[in-house]
Amino acid sequence: MIELKNIEKRFGDNLVLKDVSVVTREGSVTALVGPSGGGKSTLLRCINLLEIPTSGTVRIGDEELTFHPGGHVAARDIQRLRRQTGMVFQNFQLFPHRTAIENVMEGLVTVLKWPAGRAHARALALLEKVGMAAKADAWPATLSGGQQQRVAIARALAPSPSVLLCDEPTSALDPELAQEVVDVLGQLASEGTTMVMATHDLRLASKVADEVVFLEAGAIVEKGPAARLFSNPVHQRTSRFIATLRQEQAAKSE
Amino acid sequence: MPHWLQLMLESLGPLLWAALVFTAPLTLLSFALGLTVGLIVALVRLFGPAPLAAAVRFYVWIIRGTPLLVQLFLIFYGLPAAGIVLDAFPAALIGFTLNIGAYSSEIIRAVIGSVPKGQWEAAYSIGMTWGQAMRRTILPQAGRVAVPPLSNTFISLVKDTSLAAAITVPELFQAAQRIVAVTYEPLILYIEAALIYLVMSSVLSALQVRLEKRLGRYGGFLEARS
Repeated sequence: MIELKNIEKRFGDNLVLKDVSVVTREGSVTALVGPSGGGKSTLLRCINLLEIPTSGTVRIGDEELTFHPGGHVAARDIQRLRRQTGMVFQNFQLFPHRTAIENVMEGLVTVLKWPAGRAHARALALLEKVGMAAKADAWPATLSGGQQQRVAIARALAPSPSVLLCDEPTSALDPELAQEVVDVLGQLASEGTTMVMATHDLRLASKVADEVVFLEAGAIVEKGPAARLFSNPVHQRTSRFIATLRQEQAAKSE
Repeated sequence: MPHWLQLMLESLGPLLWAALVFTAPLTLLSFALGLTVGLIVALVRLFGPAPLAAAVRFYVWIIRGTPLLVQLFLIFYGLPAAGIVLDAFPAALIGFTLNIGAYSSEIIRAVIGSVPKGQWEAAYSIGMTWGQAMRRTILPQAGRVAVPPLSNTFISLVKDTSLAAAITVPELFQAAQRIVAVTYEPLILYIEAALIYLVMSSVLSALQVRLEKRLGRYGGFLEARS
């Protein structure tokens, strides 16, 4: 379970998250949606502390950390919480100097100190799962965007995190390649992987998400089950945004 | 056999010996130590506390702003007046190390900064500490970019070690000077010395190409055409 309590984030004078609280169930997929600059990416990055909240509490499973303005957070505490998470980035961010399988092994070998043989076996199994085993020894620069993102998903899953965080995982991909990634994430969701994703890909959100949180200007406008929120949003702002996404989606797939 | 060729062949032994015993060790040692200094200085400037960063900036400013020959004279001829007496070789080693440290720190700082921030985040996201991210993710990528500029520094250093002749280190150039003093054949001897420097630099250039290929084998770079 992930619990974000009264999260506030400021960059200087700029308040980008205002008292945001979200709880997600284990095994569920939560989509953070909303216009650019609405704070969804920042909120996601507050979960694995790539951004340190100005104030509020982050809890993942049994690990909890509370933040205060001006307070110091020990690197070890950040590490402890972060190791509960895996992250998939918009621009993949594979390590270019390591092959696909080395990318997946990296966390196991360097962080968890697994012996190389065992890490290799697990990495290969994960590449198999995302359909990339045939390209295990390829350099990232030789892979398509969709392939790179699938390797990145395997890398994020390698240390068996309690939650997979996805920051716009399909936004850098054209629709065809995005579909590969949607399929893989959909499969993971059906296997009970807990996920939180920031996305404005309606296809991804509607296929994969159980819960949707609509964020605008750093605050939650509306949240609820994906089926209801997409078909029958309560707030006018939400329905307008979803209508825009539908139009974009239709234009793209033409 | 023409006179000039005979003279060159006769002096080749002493010149190569001087290159092997003084020029090469001085170059290799001061480059290795200088790179270590450069890495530390770069890390301090990027990540260290402000007063320390200011101190190392001062060091870089002094070294880059004054002539290398003057620095060598200060260390070898100047410091004894302050009670610090050094042999010629250690004095030269210190001088060249400080010099390489200052110049390479700027290169290292730049190449570390050139690795995208997203690579740090990717490393952190799989649980790495700062040190692990630096060692496993950032430095290997920065290293590939650093090879051409650091090769420049290295090749300059090989030739700059000839300045050590001025503080009595019996390296290649000084060996040539000594032979000239006896034979009165400066044209021939200095051409010969220049050729030996040229060969050493060429070997380094060839190594640079191989190292670039090796470190860049993962692709994604624009490569030199030949």
